[in-house]
Amino acid sequence: MSSQQEDYLESPEPRPEPVEGETFLEVRDLKVHFPTDDGIVKSVDGLSFQLERGKTLGIVGESGSGKSVTSLSIMGLHKQGTAHLSGEILLNGRNLVGASREEVRQLRGKNMAMIFQDPLSAMHPYYTVGHQIIEAYRIHHDVSKAVARKHAIDMLDRVGIPNPKGRVDDYPHQFSGGMRQRAMIAMALSCDPELLIADEPTTALDVTVQAQILDLIRDLQQEFNSAVIIITHDLGVVAELADDILVMYAGRCIEYGTADEIFREPQHPYTWGLLGSMPRLDRERSDRLLPIKGTPPSLINVPPGCPFHPRCSFSHLNGGASETEVPELRDVGSGHKVACHLSADDRLRVWTTEIKPKL
Amino acid sequence: MVVYIVRRLIAAVLLLFVVTAITFLIFFGVPKLGGATPDDLASRYVGKTASGQQIHETAERLGFTDPLYEQYGRFIKGIFVGAEYDTGVNKDHCPAPCLGYSFITRNPVLPDLLDRLPVTLSLASGAAVLWVLGGVATGVVSALKRGSFFDRASMSVALAGVSLPIFFTGLLSLSIFSYALGWTPPGGTNPVEQDNPFDWAAALILPWITLALLYAAQYARLTRAGMLETMEEDFIRTARAKGLRERTVVVKHGLRSALTPILTIFGLDLGLLLGGAILTETTYSLPGIGQYAVLAITNQDLPKVLGVTLVGAFFIIMANLVVDLLYAVVDPRVRTA
Amino acid sequence: MRKTRVTAVAAGAALALALSACGSGGNDDGDGGSTSTPAFNAAVGHVYNPSDTKGGTLKMANDSDWDSLDGGDMYYGYAWNFSRLYLRSLVTFKSAPGKEANELVPDLAESLGESSSDAKTWTYKLRKGLKYEDGTPITSKDVKYAVARSLDKDILVNGPTYFSDFLDLQGYAGPYKDKDLTMANFKAVDTPDDQTIVFHLKKPFAGFDYLAMLPATAPVPPEKDTGTKYKEHVVASGPYMFKTNELGKSFTLVRNEYYDAKTDPDTGRKALPDEIDVDLNVNQADIDKRLLANDLDVAVSALGVTAETRAQVVNDPNLKQYADSSPQPRTWFTAMNADVAPFDNEHCRKAVMYAADKEGYLRAYGGKNGGEIATNMMPTMIPGFREIDLYEAKSKPNGDLDKAKDELKQCGKPDGFSTNISYRAERDAEKATAEALQQSLDKIGIKTELKPYPQSDYGKLYAGNVDYSKNNGLGLKIYGWGADWNDGFGFLSQIVDSRVIRPAGNTNFGVKDPKIDQMLDDALSELDESKRNKIWGDIDEQLMKDAYYLPGVWASTLFYRPERLTNVFISDAYNTYDYTTLGVQK
Repeated sequence: MSSQQEDYLESPEPRPEPVEGETFLEVRDLKVHFPTDDGIVKSVDGLSFQLERGKTLGIVGESGSGKSVTSLSIMGLHKQGTAHLSGEILLNGRNLVGASREEVRQLRGKNMAMIFQDPLSAMHPYYTVGHQIIEAYRIHHDVSKAVARKHAIDMLDRVGIPNPKGRVDDYPHQFSGGMRQRAMIAMALSCDPELLIADEPTTALDVTVQAQILDLIRDLQQEFNSAVIIITHDLGVVAELADDILVMYAGRCIEYGTADEIFREPQHPYTWGLLGSMPRLDRERSDRLLPIKGTPPSLINVPPGCPFHPRCSFSHLNGGASETEVPELRDVGSGHKVACHLSADDRLRVWTTEIKPKL
Repeated sequence: MVVYIVRRLIAAVLLLFVVTAITFLIFFGVPKLGGATPDDLASRYVGKTASGQQIHETAERLGFTDPLYEQYGRFIKGIFVGAEYDTGVNKDHCPAPCLGYSFITRNPVLPDLLDRLPVTLSLASGAAVLWVLGGVATGVVSALKRGSFFDRASMSVALAGVSLPIFFTGLLSLSIFSYALGWTPPGGTNPVEQDNPFDWAAALILPWITLALLYAAQYARLTRAGMLETMEEDFIRTARAKGLRERTVVVKHGLRSALTPILTIFGLDLGLLLGGAILTETTYSLPGIGQYAVLAITNQDLPKVLGVTLVGAFFIIMANLVVDLLYAVVDPRVRTA
Repeated sequence: MRKTRVTAVAAGAALALALSACGSGGNDDGDGGSTSTPAFNAAVGHVYNPSDTKGGTLKMANDSDWDSLDGGDMYYGYAWNFSRLYLRSLVTFKSAPGKEANELVPDLAESLGESSSDAKTWTYKLRKGLKYEDGTPITSKDVKYAVARSLDKDILVNGPTYFSDFLDLQGYAGPYKDKDLTMANFKAVDTPDDQTIVFHLKKPFAGFDYLAMLPATAPVPPEKDTGTKYKEHVVASGPYMFKTNELGKSFTLVRNEYYDAKTDPDTGRKALPDEIDVDLNVNQADIDKRLLANDLDVAVSALGVTAETRAQVVNDPNLKQYADSSPQPRTWFTAMNADVAPFDNEHCRKAVMYAADKEGYLRAYGGKNGGEIATNMMPTMIPGFREIDLYEAKSKPNGDLDKAKDELKQCGKPDGFSTNISYRAERDAEKATAEALQQSLDKIGIKTELKPYPQSDYGKLYAGNVDYSKNNGLGLKIYGWGADWNDGFGFLSQIVDSRVIRPAGNTNFGVKDPKIDQMLDDALSELDESKRNKIWGDIDEQLMKDAYYLPGVWASTLFYRPERLTNVFISDAYNTYDYTTLGVQK
């Protein structure tokens, strides 16, 4: 916990200069297993990725894919004794897996912060927004209430809430949905965290407000140079914001690449399915969405071989490998990775002939 | 907010009136339906040797022969301006609010009740402190250590506490602590008349514990359930995400929220208790409002029963009001409603 | 929880009362010796733990409350007993063990009343040097005032009405209505000087001294009278005065400095404790525990210990040595209602008398510890008592079924009949009695249904209500009765005189025998005591012949005397410990 005795308005806390390309967050072979009475739930089963400061990673997947569990693992927010973590989570070189809970707690809010899906339920109804921001600030900075209050008003202003002096003493329920989410963002960013995780930040908001929030996140990222992880099931959101996209399925990464690569040249049948089921303004209204058939798999009894194979329309092209072998995540060119048994030729052929025309 | 308070106050007053009317109807009207004549009612208030003529005269003197609405009107008038009763030598003034005059003991009811109120207040408040502290603390720990030995043990003790009747635990505790060990004073010791706070507490410690055990059990279970539910809320996760110490998360964010429904129940329980902790007061022979109620019923002293009922209703209505107001203070979401 | 409510004697006929209990008594009272060794019944007939040591605080508790502490407004027997601590009446019962307790001795008066030859005028002379608690002298006018105010049953509701019944009031209704504190219109009582008081009766009454015994004659200073509020501070004439009085909660008595023991040579009061504390409305189970733990000295309402405590005490020799069993002038019985067929036929009534299980009746009241099987109605300590066993209660305590069946034939119901048994719902003993009766009568074909009623309305609305009883076929009514004081009239008149039967509120549940009425009148005008006492016995015998009442149990009560009590004995007049002689050991 930092104990700088300085007035915030005098000088901001010194930070290391941003270095392009320096990896800030690295996750290596993260496995998160939950022992239950019915068996072990393998929510995350071997996930690896990297993230630099100033960059945005979008993690996309259905419910149950493990994306929220990943973020909670990074933050150390699993209930003690419930989750078994293995692998490494390196935050600025420091491994969070195996670190004491107290160590991780001190990083929370200060070095890494999270905003959640429903700001109404995620903020305490009995305390004013200002109070909650002040609380977040003072837990990591030993300053007076007056100073913290000034900071809170300042943060509210930065996130675009009009009349911040008047609104700092309002309760969460007195804000509209969009304003509330801005307030939550203000709270998360109040300590200038280097990593911001946004778990479905716009899902509970109107479409018009969504865009504002996403713009806000981007602006703040540029201002603070934070690393941002956006978790969502909505590809439209990551299209706006993410530099890189990681597609998760059944606790694993099945495709990883830049936003451009994922949208222009997606290589995994699941990604194709996601793209197909995404409504787009530039498509004709009469065209139907293409849902992915089947339902997400049980994480206790993950299907053998490729976990997606029961729902894949193309698994028959692999001569049985899909049912028996787990496909590895392989680089298919300049950092674009895919975990699929389909040969590169098959993939290209199916993409160009069957999938792309329908999108 | 002010409008809210004023509205609730007016509603409370109206409700009190309704309660007085219904109570009056029950005690003076229902016997009529059962076929009782004014003489039958009056026969309770005369001595054993009264002749039929005397009973009839008494019935007239006490107003039982008047129509019911007239009797009620007199009663309401008494509440506002007081009433006068003949002591033989002069007039006994029953000052406003006159809640009735006992024809058996020849005394106005309200002064007796007010006189007994400190005992009931002492009993109720002391027990309340104990059961809230004990019950809530146990509930919180049980919730946090759900499934542990402490959790299971405390919930079992809670069940026992609710199941054992007060007169059993009460008399047993008196036998052991007052008579066998001599640590506490005997039953019937009036705590309000003691000279110092220590003696006051000594006279109340056994009734406090007996009464608190009963409620602590309920509150422990409620707190436990409330905490378990609250700790699953999203804002708890947010609080942790901010990096708050776990203790702060549990108390400031969790408990504060979980306690709100308990606050409601506490207010109501306390309100009821102020109307007289009947079993406890009788077991320990404490001269409070509860004992007064029992005696009034046993002796069939209708004005006293009426008076006690009204006072009890008053406390409950007030408690409801206070709880409603407190709820608005505690939960800001209610204020704008 | 019974109240030994001293029962009312109605207005009506003249009283003639025995002045001393020298008639045949059924009880062996011993001869007033004393002992200090704890033993069962050590305080019956003897003074237990005699002492003259003054000091200490006597601690009493009452499971309910006085009807009133005001001498002119009290009816409970224990209240009369206790009142002698702070009040002195003209005469009172002697404080002595055994039969002596039924003797009246002068208290405020110098001697017992002087009667005119026609027994209609009674004169008492007050002693000299009598003072109230504030030093003001007591005069005969104060006694006159006390009697005058007790006449007003609107203000002072609870006390007996003997003075209204006997004094030649000529329309005087008491100072509250008359408003004249000089009582010029109260001609029935004269006070020619400060020491003398003269009562003028409207009919002769040889036993007027019994009225002079009443606490209503304890003097009340007229300027201090506050009517219904007087009970809050009763001005003391006795050895103790009120220090505190919290109505409904507790009160304390301390010594009255102006009481001069030299003016009180005859009563036997000892005034040993310095202070007397009385707690009211104490949980009865708690009282018993405190007595046994020596934390309390006296359970003042004289109900005795509860059934549970009784069982505990009687079976533990260490406890039993501190207990006394006192017979009460009370009989538990069952009345047969002649208004309900076939009880109008005396043979059907006799069938019940024979068939009833007397032992079962006694068991319902606690067996041997609750009393003894009653063979006739009058309790054993009433002067004039003689044992009359017409239905073999002693020889066949479980009933004589053959004779019962025979009586049934004679009343024309050889196969029995149906009827209802009423009892007071709150009384477990009465319920048990009803069940025992039901069983035993069933054996001869009498089928019964049990009907419980609330005790507070038993007399007014149910068993004591003539129409209700008739319309609901209450053929058998379970009840109990106790005497105001140990005297034949006091016990019998309210339950056997047909002329006191009224539409509701009855205590005579159906005895209508003109022979008995005549005998009652004879006894009242019989000035010769032993002849009078014999008449009581005769009435009892006629009653048994008529078979209106099935006697059940002659009650006795178990009292507990904690170790530190001194000077303890059962008073035969009050049938509990005499409260004026008790002291405490340090």
